[in-house]
Amino acid sequence: MRSSFQFSVSSFEKRLLSAILLLMFALPLTGAGADRFNTLGHRMMCSCGCGQVLLECNHVGCPRSDGMRNELATGIERGDSDDLVLQSFVQKYGATILAAPTTTGFNRVAWVMPFLALAAGLSVAIFFIRRWGKMRAAETPTPSAIDSTFREQARRETEL
Amino acid sequence: MPTFGSFALIIALVLAVYSFLAGTAGLILLRRGGPQRAWAALKLNETARRAGIAVFFAVTAAAFVLLHAAITNDFSVAYILHHSNRALPLPYKVAALWSGQEGSLLFWAWLLSSYGLVLRLRHKVDVRLVAHASVILAAIQVFFLLLLNFAALPFALMTGPMARDGNGLNPLLQYAEMVIHPPMLYLGYVGFSVPFAFALGALIMKYPGEKWIHITRRWTMVTWLFLGCGIALGSHWAYSVLGWGGYWGWDPVEDASLMPWITGTAFLHSVMMQEKRGMLKVWNIWLIFITFMLSILGTLLTRSGIISSVHAFAQSPIGNWFGIFLALIFVVCCFFFIKNRDHLKSENRLEALVSRESSFLFNNLLLLAACFTILWGTLFPLLSEWVQGTKVTVGPPFFNRVTIPIFLGLLLLTALGPLLSWRKTSLDSLRRNFAVPAIISVTAGVLMIAFGMKPWREISEAYSWMAIVLAVLVTSTIFSEFWRGARVIDSHTGEGILRGMIHLTHRNTRRYGGYIVHFGMVVIAIGLAGAAFNQDKEQELGNGESMSIGAYTLVCKSYSQDDNANYEDESAIVDVFKGGKFLTTMYPERRFYKASQQASTMVANHSMLREDLYLVYTGRNEGSDKPILRVHLNPLVMWLWVGVWIFVIGTLVALVPNKAAVSLRKPVQEQVAAMAEGD
Repeated sequence: MRSSFQFSVSSFEKRLLSAILLLMFALPLTGAGADRFNTLGHRMMCSCGCGQVLLECNHVGCPRSDGMRNELATGIERGDSDDLVLQSFVQKYGATILAAPTTTGFNRVAWVMPFLALAAGLSVAIFFIRRWGKMRAAETPTPSAIDSTFREQARRETEL
Repeated sequence: MPTFGSFALIIALVLAVYSFLAGTAGLILLRRGGPQRAWAALKLNETARRAGIAVFFAVTAAAFVLLHAAITNDFSVAYILHHSNRALPLPYKVAALWSGQEGSLLFWAWLLSSYGLVLRLRHKVDVRLVAHASVILAAIQVFFLLLLNFAALPFALMTGPMARDGNGLNPLLQYAEMVIHPPMLYLGYVGFSVPFAFALGALIMKYPGEKWIHITRRWTMVTWLFLGCGIALGSHWAYSVLGWGGYWGWDPVEDASLMPWITGTAFLHSVMMQEKRGMLKVWNIWLIFITFMLSILGTLLTRSGIISSVHAFAQSPIGNWFGIFLALIFVVCCFFFIKNRDHLKSENRLEALVSRESSFLFNNLLLLAACFTILWGTLFPLLSEWVQGTKVTVGPPFFNRVTIPIFLGLLLLTALGPLLSWRKTSLDSLRRNFAVPAIISVTAGVLMIAFGMKPWREISEAYSWMAIVLAVLVTSTIFSEFWRGARVIDSHTGEGILRGMIHLTHRNTRRYGGYIVHFGMVVIAIGLAGAAFNQDKEQELGNGESMSIGAYTLVCKSYSQDDNANYEDESAIVDVFKGGKFLTTMYPERRFYKASQQASTMVANHSMLREDLYLVYTGRNEGSDKPILRVHLNPLVMWLWVGVWIFVIGTLVALVPNKAAVSLRKPVQEQVAAMAEGD
């Protein structure tokens, strides 16, 4: 049993060390700093390949997330802006470290396309409904007085 | 035994090919051969039907052999060696059948043959239409059996001496829900083959009228229910096992299961327009085509390695098979659509922007927009790599920001839809029906702000506030629908409002079952809204030490280690207090599985209506020997699971056939007299 846990022992030590370092760096991060840590930590992925957001990666024995959280805390402590913190992560880990496409260049297409598609769909639907409505109105004869009487009676009798 | 399994699969393939070819020949003969050859054509179709039935028995035999190999620890079979071990509990040995690539494909083929069996046994519903559907199902079956016989062999044998023990099942899969989550998903994915087969069959034969929709409605709803349950079980599994405190991570494989469910939802709504007014025939047929194609696309994404995902099976060449199959389906659908599109002409047109039909159309547009967004987000990394040479990640921040407004729009339509009448609704009647629910929901919104919610603080809080306001709006409109109908019945029968509501539901199970499903969705939306207020904390906790989160204090009572044949574990015993009063004891645990040499957490969760207290044993400090615990406080999560149950109940109600109108207690003459007095 011991031997099988040897792997995890060292991982725990690393984890503890990371936790202490994290605590050291994170303690001064009160108010806005703590919020920034949380916000920025949710804008990045863990680089271990687990496919999780950095602050949500806690799979057993993750070799990366603790180190990355420390880096994030250090960046915020140093007073780096959000963009600078994110940029330093992109330089070190590549563009895939960001949890969502940026809003620059071709990446803008990712954000715009769903709303464009929805807007196009709605416009087409509204256009055709209005057009068909007008066509029908042109085809329908003007209701006579007796029609309105019957319609009113039907409304009263069928109303739930 | 493995040889028998391989043999059964070959027999199944031969039978499926015969069923497809003989069925196709029979149908062509029936159409072109004239009356003198009709008898021969019917005979041919009957043999094809029987061959289709026999496929079920052959695939069942193969599945049984694989199951037998898992239970008897036959590690000469490579699949069993890689997905099981001696110490694995029996239910997980059964689950090994769908835990790997080859086994899950065999399971898929078995489910398809089971659906095919039911369809072919019930062929008298409409012999010709079922014959068409049966041929299409046989074609799909041929594809899966080709895979099992040539690309993903479940009975491949190991060379050399037999291993003493297997590599074991992935620890993350050793969880009760994992035994039923994949079968539910597969029942959903595979099940969409049946409405697809009917829709394509109806298009090929230019089936008159809407009877095919009546035949397939139950199939579609049952399939949709299974897929919905599969998705919910997967979320619950992720929440209970993965230990990150969440239930949905927008992983490509999760997205792949959600997309056909969304288009299936759109189909179930828009199909009502075809039934009632003969509209949207092209739209509906393509919705069901797309739903089936998305099921296949999901499988392609999971198994090809095109998209990286934590859920994905190992990368393998079978992705190419699925790619070709998908392309083939698309071509066949396009061919018959172009050939027979005249048959799909609408009998009526939409007349007004404010009508029940329009609300269905806008509902469909929003659902498709949600589906497109998910597909777009899932595939955008590939597009980005292709266009700019750099792969990007499209993760939760993108999906949350883009899909939540769309889903909020859907909630608004869910509230409005029931208040609109067919053809055209006057603004007066809309105002009359909408005023009270609107006042109630606005009041709820104001009350939430008065009680401390600040929707202007953060976008996630604003979304949560909107979701709850809309949820109240939908609930009030649903309740007003039940109330008005029950009041009418009560005025006729004098049985009271509650019995009136039950009668009302019995008389139109589809409509009122649908409202119950909507209510389930509302409850789920409230559960999702709680995520904006999640809190978490990580701390080392020795014997007698305590930590606090929210209104809770956690005290570590003791911690221990244990060992059994399957795994070693470390766990902590934690007492929880709220306001100084003892609440419960929790047992977070971490396991180390011997066969797979992998570790896994067993989350301890105390679920309450207001919030979940969620404990993860993340590790242990060997220096101080103290456990390290991560605690999450997740508001309103239980509402999600309650909402899923309501969704299941609502769907089951909608599946029940309508009862005849309630019998009137008062004699008719008496009622007529009373009504005359009233006038």
